[in-house]
Amino acid sequence: MILYLLRRLAVTAAVLLVICAATFAIFYLMPADPAQGACGKACSPERLATIRATLGLDRSPFTQFGDYLGGILSGRAFGSGAAAVQCPFPCLGFSFQTNQPVWELLTSRLPVSISIAVGAAVLWLAVGVAAGVVSALRRGSLWDRAAMTAALGGVSLPIYFTALVLQYLLVVQLNVLPYPTAVPLTEDPIGWAQSMVMPWITLAMLYSGVYARVTRSEMLESLGRNYVRTARAKGLAEVTVVRRHALRPALMPIVTIFGMDLGALLGGALITESVFGLPGVGKLAADAIASADQPVILGVTLFAASFVVLANLAVDLAYAALDPRVRAVG
Amino acid sequence: MTLLTVRNLVVDFSSGVRAVAGLDLDLAAGQVLGVVGESGSGKSVTSLALLGLLPRDARASGEIRFDGRELTRLDQRALRRLRGNRIAMVFQDPLSCLNPYYPVAFQIAEAYRAHHRAGRKAAHRVAVRMLERVGIPEAERRARSYPHEFSGGMRQRVMIAMALCLEPDLLIADEPTTALDVTVQAQILDLLRELRRETGTAIMLITHDMGVVAGLADQVVVMRDGRAVERGAVRDVFHRPQQPYTRGLLACVPRIDGPLPHRLPTLSETA
Amino acid sequence: MSARVAGSTRAGSRTAGTAQVPVLRRLLSQRATALALATVALLVLVALAAPLITWLTGSSPTAFHGETVDPALGGLPRGTAGGISAEHWLGVEPVNGRDVLARVVYGARVSLLVAVLATAVSTLLGTALGLLAGFLGGWADTLIGRLMDLLMSFPSLIFMIALISAAPGADRRLLLITVLGLFGWPYVGRIVRGQAMVLARGEFVAAARVLGASRRTLLLREVLPNLTGPVLVVATMSIPACIATEAGLSFLGVGVQPPTPSWGQMIASAVPWYASDPAYFLIPGVLLFVTVLAFNVLGDAVRDALDPRSKPR
Repeated sequence: MILYLLRRLAVTAAVLLVICAATFAIFYLMPADPAQGACGKACSPERLATIRATLGLDRSPFTQFGDYLGGILSGRAFGSGAAAVQCPFPCLGFSFQTNQPVWELLTSRLPVSISIAVGAAVLWLAVGVAAGVVSALRRGSLWDRAAMTAALGGVSLPIYFTALVLQYLLVVQLNVLPYPTAVPLTEDPIGWAQSMVMPWITLAMLYSGVYARVTRSEMLESLGRNYVRTARAKGLAEVTVVRRHALRPALMPIVTIFGMDLGALLGGALITESVFGLPGVGKLAADAIASADQPVILGVTLFAASFVVLANLAVDLAYAALDPRVRAVG
Repeated sequence: MTLLTVRNLVVDFSSGVRAVAGLDLDLAAGQVLGVVGESGSGKSVTSLALLGLLPRDARASGEIRFDGRELTRLDQRALRRLRGNRIAMVFQDPLSCLNPYYPVAFQIAEAYRAHHRAGRKAAHRVAVRMLERVGIPEAERRARSYPHEFSGGMRQRVMIAMALCLEPDLLIADEPTTALDVTVQAQILDLLRELRRETGTAIMLITHDMGVVAGLADQVVVMRDGRAVERGAVRDVFHRPQQPYTRGLLACVPRIDGPLPHRLPTLSETA
Repeated sequence: MSARVAGSTRAGSRTAGTAQVPVLRRLLSQRATALALATVALLVLVALAAPLITWLTGSSPTAFHGETVDPALGGLPRGTAGGISAEHWLGVEPVNGRDVLARVVYGARVSLLVAVLATAVSTLLGTALGLLAGFLGGWADTLIGRLMDLLMSFPSLIFMIALISAAPGADRRLLLITVLGLFGWPYVGRIVRGQAMVLARGEFVAAARVLGASRRTLLLREVLPNLTGPVLVVATMSIPACIATEAGLSFLGVGVQPPTPSWGQMIASAVPWYASDPAYFLIPGVLLFVTVLAFNVLGDAVRDALDPRSKPR
């Protein structure tokens, strides 16, 4: 088990390194000039040259990548002397447009993204899995058909469209919710919930559809298993048969996609945050794209990728914990 | 004393297939009834119909009288209390019939607790005792192992332990040895024979193998296309088969003492 | 994206036959599927006939109609529901008064073009690499398998954004097709690889090999035809995923650039107006939803028709 863990950790680290290199390569090889982006719209040639030197853009790509990796591991400084800009560990770059280290920007935005992702995840997991289970148990019924139609609709909804419709209905027309703002949970729980409700519903409408469909088909498959027949033949109550013998195996694939989805969302719900104007990591990315702030785009990409890769690791570990057959191999 | 009486059992599938077409069965307490036939003759469907475990697209009619009660008229609750407790079942493929996510002792204890007021620990002790009884070595330690950690024969022993932990009046064994290696088959049959002697449980033994019936059963029913074509004491049916079909089934059993045929006969020639 | 996860189907181990006629008949026998098929057909027709439609209505997607908006109200369209009138059937855009119908119709063109071509790229790439991996095995399999794993574990949306935003000036449509294809092929490749592995060991391939067929002949004559079913399923599922992703990227400003219209971009430009002119975001939004839904229904139906036991995963 410990060996398995170490091996998985090594693979994770390798994947992160590859992603790091790939991201860096994109920005290095592509024609966009990072110095131009850092300098902003009105930029004198002298200032451009200074920034270029400060960023180390005049050095070889390998040196630059080395510097970047070094910055992540131990922090670094841009430029030298009195004009040097400090970027402490873990340095994911420095945003010259906002005069802040990227890491600081990311961590300050993270709570909002976590609030959105976790709340939505709880909602869609509850709704999606429950709907899928009921659909599978009453296959072919009116409920099943209605739920699956709704699920397919949810899967097909563009989230920015859902978001706008919700905001138009609930805020503008019915006036039951305020415009979402970033309220910390610890300061004003009610305000926090009021701000988060629409992002949660928006995301949950999409993801519940996905989860209902997956749960239903997984449940149908596991309900047809021989061991479910054995469980019935033992005289177990139907609730126990369904929960213990059919649902448990059906949840395994759901663990996988849940890990991936949650990981991706923690790295920023780009569209949802943009539409509702909530300052999460996703909004940071969207703003950085709009203002061509390359160090931030690079940083967010890496940051989000790390979440996905770590979610992958978590899923694998969860599998090992949940499935005795995997445990035996590991 | 008659334990099980089946009269005119008919099972239809929504696809239009009639799997069982008017079957009569009689089984006395403590006896072993062999139900023999080719695959597709309706044996397994019959056993599922007895427990009320037919798939959704199947409909059963007729009489199933078990210990004085008419099973077709019982509601799900009453039927559930009967399953496992009074009528237990062992299936063909023990790997797919055991849940891979739970230790074997848990799955046995679960059956026990479905019908007895017993705590986790007490039920676990029952499970370990049953594992010992069906011949699992180091039962105490192996109890916490998962199904995939056992061999095929050991898994079938677990299934039998699970079926017998509630001391049922009737054990339905549906092809209990088919998925196993030949030497293991013999061991499992020995185990069933021994357990029957000790507990006095009646057994309905479903198989396509006349050899298995010969070693264990008292009575035999030969099924074909959902009907019983021949029935009687094992000795009579084996020595004086009335139907060509039965003769065909018997001829399919290779004998070590008989002359070697040029070619094994097939059923289509003889029936 | 999650829609991707749901869309990428394990097409089951059974190899679907190439009997197209019964499949088509089965598809048409269901009302929802027939409706979806009709919707898709209508959409394709509209996209193809976009110039004809704008010629009929008399307003191009890029022509400004200043007289249709009210400068006193900050450029809000005059009239009801976003300025719907005899000249402008779906209303006009705020501020510049461009015809929404014309933009929506041309937007359909972009959407479908990008989605279909991106699917073509990912299908070709996925089939080729999947075949190589499954058929050759060994190091080729390891390499391609690892690459697929890596690509599928990437946060693709943000990576696409990074890629596109790092290449200003390039033709966005071309870039979108490349990027969508690049991140989409592992979903095809994974299935093709699995099928190819089964098929490569299949008896009929062994039989052909015994008869002296070359590797190339085997690949083209025996293995490839057996893959059409599963690949068709993934490809059908990939189109709505691509449409949704393209619209999402355009919404975020890294998709199709103005003045070329696109649905996602239209919705993005409608965001500041959503309270005062809801029709402006509702029209492209509903269209996008209906399009993706129709393709999804179709994808489900194709999957069910080719493999009744399959499950979305």
